Amino acid sequence: MQVTLKIFRYNPEDNRKKHFDTFTVEAEPTDRILDLLERIKGTEDGTLGFRRACAHGVCGSDAIRINGVNRLACKVLVQDLKSRKVTIEPILGLPIEKDLIVDMEPFFDHYRSVMPYFVNDDPPPSKERLQSPEERERFDDTTKCILCAACSTSCPSFWVNDKYVGPAAIVNAHRFIFDSRDQAAAERLEILNEQFGVFRCHTIFNCTDACPRDIQVTQAIGEVKKAIIDRNLE
Amino acid sequence: MQKHQYEVVVVGAGGAGLTAALYASKTASTAVISKLYPTRSHTGAAQGGIGAALANTEEDHAEWHAFDTVKGSDYLGDQEAIDFMAEEAIDAVLELEHMGLPFSRNPDGTIAQRPFGGHTNNDTGKPVRRACYAADRTGHMILQTLYQQSIKNKVKFFDEFYVIDLLIVDGKTAGVIALELKTGEMHIFQSKTVIIATGGHGRVWEITSNAYSYTGDGVALTLRRGIPAEDMEFFQFHPTGIHKMGILITEGVRGEGGVMINGEGERFMERYAPTVKDLASRDVISRAMYLEIKDGRGIDGKNYLYMDVTPDVVNHYAEIDDRKNPDGSPYRVTADEILSKLPDIIDFCETYIGINPIADPMPVQPTAHYAMGGIPTNKYGEVVVDEKDTVLPGLYAAGEVACVSVHGANRLGTNALLDLIVFGKYSGLKAAEYSAREPFPDLPKDPAAFAMQQLDSIRNSNGNENMIEIADEMKKVMFEHVGVFRVEEGMQIAVDKVRQLKERFKEVRVDDKGLKFNNNLIEAWELSNLLDIAEVTAVSALARTESRGAHSRDDYKKRDDKKWLKHTLAWMENGGVRLGYKPVHITNYKPKDRSY
Repeated sequence: MQVTLKIFRYNPEDNRKKHFDTFTVEAEPTDRILDLLERIKGTEDGTLGFRRACAHGVCGSDAIRINGVNRLACKVLVQDLKSRKVTIEPILGLPIEKDLIVDMEPFFDHYRSVMPYFVNDDPPPSKERLQSPEERERFDDTTKCILCAACSTSCPSFWVNDKYVGPAAIVNAHRFIFDSRDQAAAERLEILNEQFGVFRCHTIFNCTDACPRDIQVTQAIGEVKKAIIDRNLE
Repeated sequence: MQKHQYEVVVVGAGGAGLTAALYASKTASTAVISKLYPTRSHTGAAQGGIGAALANTEEDHAEWHAFDTVKGSDYLGDQEAIDFMAEEAIDAVLELEHMGLPFSRNPDGTIAQRPFGGHTNNDTGKPVRRACYAADRTGHMILQTLYQQSIKNKVKFFDEFYVIDLLIVDGKTAGVIALELKTGEMHIFQSKTVIIATGGHGRVWEITSNAYSYTGDGVALTLRRGIPAEDMEFFQFHPTGIHKMGILITEGVRGEGGVMINGEGERFMERYAPTVKDLASRDVISRAMYLEIKDGRGIDGKNYLYMDVTPDVVNHYAEIDDRKNPDGSPYRVTADEILSKLPDIIDFCETYIGINPIADPMPVQPTAHYAMGGIPTNKYGEVVVDEKDTVLPGLYAAGEVACVSVHGANRLGTNALLDLIVFGKYSGLKAAEYSAREPFPDLPKDPAAFAMQQLDSIRNSNGNENMIEIADEMKKVMFEHVGVFRVEEGMQIAVDKVRQLKERFKEVRVDDKGLKFNNNLIEAWELSNLLDIAEVTAVSALARTESRGAHSRDDYKKRDDKKWLKHTLAWMENGGVRLGYKPVHITNYKPKDRSY
C-alpha cells in the first residue's frame, strides 16, 4: 500500500520558512512510522532530521506528533492509523532545532530539578536493603519512564508556561517519593509545592494518553499532590 | 574549534561508561562524551537480568558462576578475568541496589533471582536462580539508576557529541576529537586517559536486536589508529528475536518456564540439550533452531519457530521436568504471574505482531545480538595492543566494545550487564589512578587534522552510491554467510562483497551539506565503521577452521583445541586485514567437552 506523509520541515541553515513537505512511500501494514521516516531519509531526502536509537519503544529518542498526538515513531504501525495520510510534526513546547529534532535541554533541566535520584544517607548494609514486594510495587509504574518527553510536551499547562516542571519530572519524583528505601521525599515535595510545581497540573490527562509506557501519569501526579496536601495538613 | 581538558574522558554513556564515570569522577576531572543522550543508550534495552551468585533462594557460589561462564565461553574465555568477574558480581549487584536500583523482590525482601541459560548448580547440572532482575526491564533500571547517580554526583556530560578520532602521542593516550551534533563544530578534548565504552555493532547484520546506534564506533576508531580487534568472529545470535523484526524476547521467558516448539509441536531442545533443555546456552539453541528449520520443521515449514510461555504449556512441561519452587512445592504459573514478570515483552508482542504471549506462542528466529569480540583489554580495562598483552598507557575500554575476554566464544545471558558494571568500575578506578600520577601529554600540532580530512571527504562526497543500498547489501551478505552457521565458500563471498562495498562507499552520496544536526553525515560515518567491522569479522571468521561457541562451521564441525585454543587479533593495515593470535589464559578449568 501507499502512505502519504506530510512532514514538518525547518532547517536553520537555509532561508526557507517553516513548512511541510509531502512524501508518498510504499508501506506494509506492519511497518513502523519510524521505518517510513527511514525510507524517506534513505531514498528521497537525506537531509530529513529526526532522532532514533532502539526502534522498539524503550530508549525514548523518537517522540513526535503523529496526526496531532504525541507518540513514539517506533511504536505506531501503519495499520494503527485511521487513514493512509499522516501528518508528522515535532513535539510541542520545546525549541525546534531542525525538522523533527527539538532542543531537549529545557526538558532535562526540569527533570534534574526534582532530585531524580536515590537518597539514603545511612551507611549501606553489607547486603541489599530489604524491601517487600508490596513496597516495591508501590512505585513500580513510575520506574518505567524513558524520558521521551511525550507527556510533558502534550500538556497544555506546559505549553502555556514552560517554567512548569511538567509531568515527566513529577513522574520521576514520584518514583523516589514512594520508594520505601529513600529519605528525601520531603525535599522533593517541597520543590513540587512551589509556584511551577505540581499544582500547575489541571488533570487534563493528555500526558496519560501520550505515555508510550502506559504509565498512569495523571494518577501519579495526583498522588504527589495528595502527599503535599497531607503533609501541609500535618 | 573549542578545546577542553579533562584527566579522564569517557566515550559512551551506557552502563559501562556511566559506571566508569561515577568511579573516575570521585578523584579525577572527568567528562562523558556520548553521541546519544545517556538514557538512550542500548543498556536500556537489556531485559532479563544481571548474574550474581547471591544465593537468595537456593545454593549458589561465585565459583559455579565462574565455571558456567568458562563452559559457556567454550573455553575461549580468560579464566583469571572470569574468576574476577564472578567474584566481583555480588558486590556489583549490591552496589546497584545501594544506589537505589528497584530490583524485583522475594517475599523476604531480598533481590529476586530467576534461572537463565547456562546457569547451573555445578553439583546437579540443573538450572539455578542466579539472574537478579527487575521484571523484564533490568537494563532500563540499571541505565536509569546510573544516570540518576551521575546527576546526583554532578558528572560532566557532553551529550550528542560524536567522537571521531583518538589521539595518541608518543605511544600514550592524549585525548579525542569530537563533533558537536547540534552545531557541527569540532571539539578537541585533551586528556590523560580515554575510556572507550561505545557498545557493540549488531547493525552489521540484517536481523538484529540492536539499536540503530550500535555501529561499532569504538572498535572502528581504534582499528583506524592501529589497535587490533580481538575475537571478532565471535558474535552472538540470540535465539529469540521476534520473527522478521529481530526485537529481543528475553531468555527470562524460558527462565520462567517458556519452551521452544517446532512446526511439529515438539519441544525440540530435549534432543539437543537433554539436561537443561530450553535453558541451554544461546549458541546451542540458535544452532538447534537453524537445524530444525533446515530440516523442514519450522512453523509451517518457514524460517521461524515458536517460543511458548502460555501458562498451560509452561505447567505441562514443568510437571514433566519435575520443576520445583525454592520451597519444594511444584512449580506452576498463572497468567497474572507471567504478566507481572514479563510485562515489556508482552507489550512488544502486542504492539508489533498483534500477539498476546499469555494466549499464543511467539514466532521467533535467531537475531544478531552481542559482540563477544572487541578492543582487547586486561581485567582492569587497560587496552592491550599485541600478542604479549602490552598495555597502551592511558587507554581503557569497557562493556560490549571491549574483549577482556570474559565471554570467549559465547556469552552467557546476564553476563553482559555484569560486565558493564564490573569492568566499567575498574576501568574508571584505574584511569583515575593513572591520571593522578601522569602529566597531561602534549597534543600534536594540528590535532583535528586527521579527523577533519576523513569527515570532509565523506561530507563532500558527491558520488552516486546510496548508503542505504550499501548498508542493506552488507547486512544481507553478513547474515547469510557470517551468521549462525558458516562455511568457507560463503565467508569468502562475504569478504569479497564487503570489500566491493568499501570501494563503492568511496562514491557515497551525502545529501546534507549542512553543519547543524547533520545526521546524514553521521550515518555515512557509522556505515564506514560498520564496513570496517564487517570486513574484520569475516576475515577473522574465515581463518578459524574449527567450530567453537558462536562460530559454527559446517565444514569444520569440531572444536580444535590443539590448533585453535587461542584468541584472534586483527589489525587493519595497508587496505586489508592482518591476523595474529595470542594464548587463552587458563587457570582452574581445563578444556573438556561441552554439553548441556
